[in-house]
Amino acid sequence: MINQLSWKIGGQQGEGVESTDRIFSTALNRLGYYLYGYRHFSSRIKGGHTNNKIRISTAPIRAISDDLDILVAFDQESIDLNAHELRSGGVIVADAKFKPAVPEGLNVQLFAVPITAIAEELGTSLYKNMVASGASWALLGLPLEVFNKAVEEEYGRKGAIVVEKNIEAVRRGSQFVLEQAGGPLSAFQLEPADGVQKLFMIGNDAMALGALTAGCRIMSAYPITPASEIMEYLIKQLPKFGGTVVQTEDEIAAATMAIGSNYAGVRAMTASAGPGLSLMMEAIGLAGMTETPLVIVDTQRGGPSTGLPTKQEQSDLNAMVYGTHGEIPKIVIAPSSIEDCFYDMIEAFNLAEKYQCPVIVMTDLQLSLGKQSCAVLDYDRIVIDRGRLVRDVPELETHGQFKRYEFTENGISPRVLPGEKGGLHHVTGVEHDEVGRPSESAINRQRMMDKRLGKLKSLEIRKAVVADAPYEEPDVLIIGMGSTGGTIDQARIKLEQEGWKTNHLTIRQIHPFPTAQVKRYTERAKQIIVLENNATGQLADQLKLNVDCRSKLTSMTKYDGTPFLPQEVYSKSKELVLNGNLQRVPQ
Amino acid sequence: MATFKEFRNNVKPNWCPGCGDFSVQAAIQRAAANVGLTPENLAVISGIGCSGRISGYVNAYGFHGIHGRALPIAQGVKLANRDLTVIASGGDGDGFAIGMGHTVHAIRRNINMTYIVMDNQIYGLTKGQTSPRSAVGFKTKSTPEGSIESTLAPLEIALASGATFVAQSFSSDLKQLTALIEQGIQHEGFSLINVFSPCVTFNKINTYDWFKENIVNLNTVEGYDPSNRIQAMTKLMETNGMITGLIYQDSSRKSYENQIVGFRSEPLAQQNLKISEEAFEGLLKEFK
Repeated sequence: MINQLSWKIGGQQGEGVESTDRIFSTALNRLGYYLYGYRHFSSRIKGGHTNNKIRISTAPIRAISDDLDILVAFDQESIDLNAHELRSGGVIVADAKFKPAVPEGLNVQLFAVPITAIAEELGTSLYKNMVASGASWALLGLPLEVFNKAVEEEYGRKGAIVVEKNIEAVRRGSQFVLEQAGGPLSAFQLEPADGVQKLFMIGNDAMALGALTAGCRIMSAYPITPASEIMEYLIKQLPKFGGTVVQTEDEIAAATMAIGSNYAGVRAMTASAGPGLSLMMEAIGLAGMTETPLVIVDTQRGGPSTGLPTKQEQSDLNAMVYGTHGEIPKIVIAPSSIEDCFYDMIEAFNLAEKYQCPVIVMTDLQLSLGKQSCAVLDYDRIVIDRGRLVRDVPELETHGQFKRYEFTENGISPRVLPGEKGGLHHVTGVEHDEVGRPSESAINRQRMMDKRLGKLKSLEIRKAVVADAPYEEPDVLIIGMGSTGGTIDQARIKLEQEGWKTNHLTIRQIHPFPTAQVKRYTERAKQIIVLENNATGQLADQLKLNVDCRSKLTSMTKYDGTPFLPQEVYSKSKELVLNGNLQRVPQ
Repeated sequence: MATFKEFRNNVKPNWCPGCGDFSVQAAIQRAAANVGLTPENLAVISGIGCSGRISGYVNAYGFHGIHGRALPIAQGVKLANRDLTVIASGGDGDGFAIGMGHTVHAIRRNINMTYIVMDNQIYGLTKGQTSPRSAVGFKTKSTPEGSIESTLAPLEIALASGATFVAQSFSSDLKQLTALIEQGIQHEGFSLINVFSPCVTFNKINTYDWFKENIVNLNTVEGYDPSNRIQAMTKLMETNGMITGLIYQDSSRKSYENQIVGFRSEPLAQQNLKISEEAFEGLLKEFK
């Protein structure tokens, strides 16, 4: 019995790879396995190779695997592009129709199943996904009823006949392959799962759910990969809670509309990726200057410009930290798991109201779109804190104005909502006095700047960093953010097995930089590797700037559009520890 | 109920003496009182430019945003609190140059609010450059040889974009302007009011006298029917847009917020944020 395995399905985009993957993984989730998904897709709708990979495990996992056990291929291209990932003894289930050939030199077993032929016997080639996935499910020896239940749910709305035909397709596919293989493959029998109920979702769903739960009732957004799922989820759910999503004409409108709604008292957000974030920069400054709460999600993808819209990258960090002209208080947080995506959105809305400033939640494509198992989310952890929002304030004298920007000890002023009789005040992006009237007074200017920028001195966020640091004086400390944590975990285990004392630190509060919390871990590390999906080492730069660790810091970057693999992190880390960073720019 | 004096504050506008914007300020204050508003239930959202300062000169909730973005901010405010009366305002550069994209989409969306453009055919606060409303041949600092771009026709664009309320007025006609703002506020949907508001400092061509000579009040046009969209478009084209009064109104179309499925009829801003445990459990089901 094995405790984990990797399964991949490949074909032409639009051929049903997505739905097959969805059914396959839903069934596995029901059985209680831990899953981690990876989507390889292109910026087009029909045609072009696409594949989805799922890692299945009896224990929690947060990274894709280096290799592959089972490949389901709808065409020869899927074999040619992916077979090299198969480990020795791996399996290919392919459609007999295209006379599949295994590339030379690979020790893998091929099952040529008449996938299209069986599907056409049932009436249409559309059933071929179910023939193929039924066949691969059967090889694993897993219970067919669970699989059929997932099929029923996927196709239920298309009517009983479609469900029946699909289930029959599963049955025939499994029957054919079991006859050919002589029963389930003993090398692929997974140990039973722990049976604990889990959720299976993408980061974008978790963030959207988190926003909804945090009380967000208006989202204004412009479609963009890989952020659109957040909008789509809220389009589906917000009407049930009285709210709405506005698809705006551009990201400038998206951000400024969210500012307007927040100003008027509704928790509102927008979500985008790099190109949209660039367009929002002036609005971010407005939120900072007017001390209006604003939550923005940036699901990073390959930049610059249009870049690699469907590929992994973490290169917007500088834009988030430094973006907008002038100086404002701004918070940037980076969830590093699906659970984080949910709880961090609740925290983001609380922080935005508490500190009355823009909060950017940064994810990356792999965290936003990779479907993963996640512990069941806890209702009792949903806490809503609206900060210094005041109601029923006393009436004003004639020509009196409410001191919306009152100087206070921590810089945070009382906030009142339009409609409140005693709360009349003015709001402006122009430098202003305590009641919001434009002011060019040098004394006022300096006090207002200090007030605004000083607000974050008292900033406290849940889990600024997460440390997996068993060693007091590690040989190496690997630092990462976002989706890379699981990969680092796995590389760490390998390094430890070879005797390297390795600690792992995930930075979740990107800005303002949590210097004190990070220092605790960097101080006693002999070497530090900062791992990130960009070319210039933007997170590494934050460390160099904020923590005194320049001399022992090396940067591990990857910017080819694909996520780090555990094996890659392991071998590169080893190389860096032994030789230093040969590519390092002289400091 | 409040009197128009209650919509005044003690801030002295930084407009030049004689600026057309003073009348717009007064008209907003009078209209607000006439339709029975109170200061706390009025939000004035403005853009950047001389006219953008208006949000600070009306005793109400005022939001002075960024250049060209008064409309998306104002729409966000209205969606958050549909009990508020929302007026967005700014200049022709704000609404028809940098913010033109928002203008046509706000018109299409038809959220219940009023947009007042103070149209002076020039950039005043930056000291006299051409605007999309400047005439061809108009000489400014940025067009020393005369503007060679055609003049934008915002009201024709509005009609083509599905506007449900289009009006135009002139700063010298406070009575008409006030009445149109009242009608705009009472219109269910997006109301666009373009106001010829002369810049006495930088525009020596489109002066008060020039407008008086060139504009036609629709009240004097016999048989004009503001519910006739084709007639409205024809009249605008015939007169090169030099008409004032209610040009077009379609009262049959519901506002955006009255068409959103499931949208709360009470202001969202007053809603309890936390959802029930039962609702939460229901949301998790999809992911199991």
